[in-house]
Amino acid sequence: MGEYSFINIAIYATIVIGFAGLTVVLSALVGPSVKSKEKLSPYECGVEPVGNARISFPVRYYVIALMFLVFDVEVVFMYPWAIVARALGAFGMYEMGIFICIVLVGFVYAWKKGAFEWD
Amino acid sequence: MVDHVTVLIYALMCVVVFAVLLTTVAFLTLAERRISAFMQDRLGPNRVGPWGLLQPVADGIKFIMKEDIVPREANRLLYIVAPLMTIVPALLTFAVVPFGHDLFLPGRVINFQIANFNVGILYIFAIAAMGIFGIIIGGWASNNKYSLLGGLRSASQFISYEIAMSLAVIGVLMVYGSLRLNNIAQYQGSLWFGFLPKWGILVQPLGFIIFIVSVYAETNRVPFDLPEAEAELVGGYHTEYSSMKFAFFFMGEYANMITASALLATLYFGGWQVPYLHNIGFIFPGMGMLAMPQWLVAIIEVLSFAVKVGFFLFLFLWVRWTLPRFRFDQLTDLGWKVLIPLALLNVVITAVLIVLRVL
Repeated sequence: MGEYSFINIAIYATIVIGFAGLTVVLSALVGPSVKSKEKLSPYECGVEPVGNARISFPVRYYVIALMFLVFDVEVVFMYPWAIVARALGAFGMYEMGIFICIVLVGFVYAWKKGAFEWD
Repeated sequence: MVDHVTVLIYALMCVVVFAVLLTTVAFLTLAERRISAFMQDRLGPNRVGPWGLLQPVADGIKFIMKEDIVPREANRLLYIVAPLMTIVPALLTFAVVPFGHDLFLPGRVINFQIANFNVGILYIFAIAAMGIFGIIIGGWASNNKYSLLGGLRSASQFISYEIAMSLAVIGVLMVYGSLRLNNIAQYQGSLWFGFLPKWGILVQPLGFIIFIVSVYAETNRVPFDLPEAEAELVGGYHTEYSSMKFAFFFMGEYANMITASALLATLYFGGWQVPYLHNIGFIFPGMGMLAMPQWLVAIIEVLSFAVKVGFFLFLFLWVRWTLPRFRFDQLTDLGWKVLIPLALLNVVITAVLIVLRVL
């Protein structure tokens, strides 16, 4: 059934990557190249750029990434169960109910601590 | 044992799928501009070819001919790699989407799908998630404050809605019991109460709503297009990009929209299924049947899939001119405080209904 999957993916990926790579090279070769100091400076709405862009940014982004990591791993645990949910029946449902309750405790804790608040 | 003719047939299919995908992306840009124009009571691009149909070709040539600028303080390698890291995963995800019944040729069975993976839907999530690297690397490598913020916003938005989306799909997987998209589409042809096709929208209405909202956020479309909010970020992560590299970010977004529409159709609207159409023709419950040759059935199925995908693509454009943009705190609130609890509830309800043998 799926014995050709990996060959096919390899063929398809070769086409896609080849197309993307060739187009970028082609556009770099064909396009004009008239460089000037102003053209190569970062765009900041027309005024002189102020300082470097390698600056600190809100820690909120980091907290969201942390939350994502935790809950995404928990979601991944639910996938194998979802496939066999019908076969496991009531037993599987109670097991997963306990798991979801544990996840919910962590979720409510993060909520109360303000991990999902912006500002 | 690998059969060379089969490999050749699949290679041909790869080329056709790739060509159709790129053509759809090209004409989707035109459709977006034309439909937006009609919704705002103006004409849109209509000069290049009849009804402006050659506009995508003109745009493509223009993109290639433009100057390729790498800003002075940018990280050169990452700056060049980033657009490739966006377009390649966006085009690769389509590989597992089925667009028809298996075709029975003498001596071999051909799937109407590039790769019939046993992990189908996980492949889509895994590859699609790689696209976010391109956006965040592009934003950082440009060494522009607006691009950096755009890339960060994009990443945090993507991961906020990823969980709700994966949880919504769990409901579908429980009902159909398979990760293979082809099987999921096939099982939706079975009948409920003897006459109702068992489409995902009927068995998972709540899951569908969660999934479609998450998908709009994942593809950075209005009302969740904050990463590229023109008014506040002058374009977002692709501010510094020009020429074909800019086009790749743009095409990546449209390719993602196509895959998202194909997923919506496959998971919730029967994929290539037409109600009562089987491998041998239409079988109406209690009303006899209408026999059809295999090639005719295949054509009808591919057309049905195309119509469903086309409808969802139109819905993307329609929503764009209907809803205003979210604020960033509203966006995280909706993702974490509304959609994830709702999606968990959906999983629990589905589990109970399956144990009670309703679904």
